[in-house]
Amino acid sequence: MSRDRSEPLLSELSRPGRVGHLLAAPDACADATLDLPSELLRDDLKLPELGELDVVRHFTHLSSLNFSIDNAFYPLGSCTMKYNPKVNEDVARMAGFAGLHPYQPEETVQGALQVMLELQQLLCAISGFETVTLQPAAGAQAELCGMLLIRAYHRARGDTKRTKVLIPDSAHGTNPATAAMCGYTTVSIPTDAHGNVDLKRIKEEADDTTVGLMLTNPNTLGLFEQEILDVTKAIHDAGGLVYGDGANLNAILGAVKPADLGFDVLHINTHKTFSTPHGGGGPGCGPVVARGFLEPYLPKPVVARRASGDRAGELFLDWDRPESIGKLKSFWGHFGVMVRALTYITLQGDQGIRDIGEAAVLNANYLRKKLDDLYDVPFDRICMHEFVASGRRQKQQGVRTLDIAKRLIDFNIHPPTVYFPLIVEEAIMVEPTEAESKDTLDRFVQVMRQIAEEVETSPELIHDAPHDQPVGRLDETTAARRPVLRWS
Amino acid sequence: MAFVPLTADERQAMLEQIGVGSVADLFADIPASVRFPQLDVPPPLTEIQTVAKMSALAAKNQPVGQLACFVGAGYYNHYSPSVVSHLMGRSEFYTSYTPYQPEVSQGTLQYSFEFQSLVCDLFEMDVANSSVYDGASGAAEAVLMALRISRRDRVVLDGSVHPEHRAVVAAYLDGRGIEVVTTNVGIKDGKLNRQSVVEQIDGETACVVIQQPDFFGTIRDLAAIVAKAREVGALVVYVVGDPVSLGLLKTPGGWDADIAIGEGQGLGLPLQYGGPGVGIMTCKTAHLRQLPGRIVGQTTDHDGRRGFVLTLQAREQHIRREKATSNICTSQTLLALGATIYLAAMGPAGLKQAAGLSHKQTRAVADQIRRVDGYRVVNDGPFFDEITVTCPADGDTMRHELAKRGIIGGYALGREYPGLENALVLCATEMTTSEEIDRLVSGLREIGGAR
Repeated sequence: MSRDRSEPLLSELSRPGRVGHLLAAPDACADATLDLPSELLRDDLKLPELGELDVVRHFTHLSSLNFSIDNAFYPLGSCTMKYNPKVNEDVARMAGFAGLHPYQPEETVQGALQVMLELQQLLCAISGFETVTLQPAAGAQAELCGMLLIRAYHRARGDTKRTKVLIPDSAHGTNPATAAMCGYTTVSIPTDAHGNVDLKRIKEEADDTTVGLMLTNPNTLGLFEQEILDVTKAIHDAGGLVYGDGANLNAILGAVKPADLGFDVLHINTHKTFSTPHGGGGPGCGPVVARGFLEPYLPKPVVARRASGDRAGELFLDWDRPESIGKLKSFWGHFGVMVRALTYITLQGDQGIRDIGEAAVLNANYLRKKLDDLYDVPFDRICMHEFVASGRRQKQQGVRTLDIAKRLIDFNIHPPTVYFPLIVEEAIMVEPTEAESKDTLDRFVQVMRQIAEEVETSPELIHDAPHDQPVGRLDETTAARRPVLRWS
Repeated sequence: MAFVPLTADERQAMLEQIGVGSVADLFADIPASVRFPQLDVPPPLTEIQTVAKMSALAAKNQPVGQLACFVGAGYYNHYSPSVVSHLMGRSEFYTSYTPYQPEVSQGTLQYSFEFQSLVCDLFEMDVANSSVYDGASGAAEAVLMALRISRRDRVVLDGSVHPEHRAVVAAYLDGRGIEVVTTNVGIKDGKLNRQSVVEQIDGETACVVIQQPDFFGTIRDLAAIVAKAREVGALVVYVVGDPVSLGLLKTPGGWDADIAIGEGQGLGLPLQYGGPGVGIMTCKTAHLRQLPGRIVGQTTDHDGRRGFVLTLQAREQHIRREKATSNICTSQTLLALGATIYLAAMGPAGLKQAAGLSHKQTRAVADQIRRVDGYRVVNDGPFFDEITVTCPADGDTMRHELAKRGIIGGYALGREYPGLENALVLCATEMTTSEEIDRLVSGLREIGGAR
């Protein structure tokens, strides 16, 4: 058994009477409750009582129990775990950005509104669309935004019998969940033998009840949809619109503008492609770019410039948007993430943007080629920024993909995404990103080859993995059956 | 700036390994007519140039600190101890991702469990998830949850719930055939005047959504509303106005809420022009399986050691797809960390002080404004750290005039509440100084006198 590296809970570290932070002398606000009726006050406030150093050590120790980009290779497919330039953090923390209240008068936040406007223009330039909202909080909320825009469009035309949304069987689970949230039914479209969405089935399903298609391109197999122009045309011919899930935009940066492929709406995971650190799972930021005819429906308010009056030329937030779908989140979106994205794009410029896509795709294909003799690659063609392998050969020898993932941890490599997409048996989805060096990729290859060998020679080593982590494999069944969701 | 480490020689070697002649060949699946377009993006700047550009943009803003901040309305200028930003800034936290592999994510998982626990203690609710996007989307998710639980299709929104929360609820409900009833709030005889919420609750009502302290700053006795909801089988969705208020005030659990949500930004997180913050979402145990979003649970490994995992995932989109409780996929994990550090650092003593000082300073603002001609504090009950004030001019003019005097002068109610064009919601916190209050009051006096 490895050395115990567990950290007590805050509640266990608490000592009655210990004080961490005081804002004023202890009696400074003793009279504060006097004019509040006692029936409106709480009886007791049970929170842990810790000193400041207790707090610092606790969280510093917890931080050491995490894998992160800054300390390990993190080839988590579909998540684009690339390096996030440190200067982004410095800029986002400038008082002129971090210290703004969302309801400050507009004349005191002209720089912030300009950040939003410039980012909007750059996202349109990169994606090829005419209009954009920065409001959605994350990719999934952006999907909701995009589908609400599409509904507003159909509704404005009086086209109300459209109720079904076509979604490939390889799609992210958020796509069908989003369509359902809009009250639509979903139709699953299979994947063909080449890893593309089945064009024939799309043509069969697309009719005057079709809201549209939700499509990820490159798709979740890491492949570019080879018949994309025919796919989007088929939907348009039926009167539907095409929603693009931009989760995989990183691969095609500079190589193609999604608008040119026939998408009508697309969301951009700013935190992936434009390098906001993923923060342990959030925050994200999900701008939605769209064709000009969807502009009236964008969430409100939008950043605009005053055309006339004594404040002409000033930027302001325009709430006068009668056809808007309304609001999806408080205020204007995740401004802190927008600042990072603008900083990153400014650093990259036109040439850097193109280089990101190219290097991401080069890295992924290199790994695919170096591993395809030992791990099955079901759709073995040039991939984009990621590829999906299958552990079915290893499974026949008694080692599952999950075991392989856990064994990688022993080599200080974060496991790839596993068991997604659902259509590939024992899926292992690898996305190295452009930020990794050839040395890192070669080491990953060497480790994956060693594991493939261990599958044959010492499978127990893999079954027991990981070996030297703070905890071993955890009992997830009991966690779900008898949930313990808070300290007692 | 180049963040791609591949050398020219390495690129060549890799292309040979792949078996293609050039990088362009890797993009052959893209239709040739649209491949490699012209990009209308400026050329790259160096890091020095980029920082200069962004600094110049930042300098065109006037942050709180430069300006005296008297606005809250959902986002609060509370003090954040230094430890919060230092510990949140550890890159082992912020450059990690969703804890799909628990063995290498115990840091994230444990603080998420601690966040859930602290939120439950603060709200006095049974269970919490490990966050949603913000308070407003939390309100929308709470209403959707109530619709699923009650299988009814009528929602009563108190008109003094944050207007942005109500707008997000409306957008999320659009097209579902749900009847949404919003009560009116106006001003009559110098006091806020409310249409009865109780009378709107009936046997068809899925839930009633109320906020405390409400958007006007008033703290109300909610007993009658909760009792009526119980009587007809409607759920009570409780919005916490400012989480710091719970250092003093009776909690959602204390009022017997079924679902309670709130924006957690006030718990030590930066203002950042409105985001990201963190949505807090809690409920009674009976509703756990309908609670959307990420939930962390405690369990053990094969050696019996305590550990934490993402749990109850069978409700979620990646498994249930179109049958999921919600489409929400990420959470606000890093901001939840910030709130967790804040609550740990402040403890019960610090949080009570933050609440007490905020209330005390707001009381000082109210006391002084009551002495200025042309202004009136119109709250219809006790307040916590916000008050509603009627002014001699419309709210936008007031804010513009106060900005000239270095003051962020509250939230103008006119856009959301027709008839209340002359009213501002003002906020003070423990950050508010006596000098700032004097400056506000003399500014109000000047503006009032000029009319």
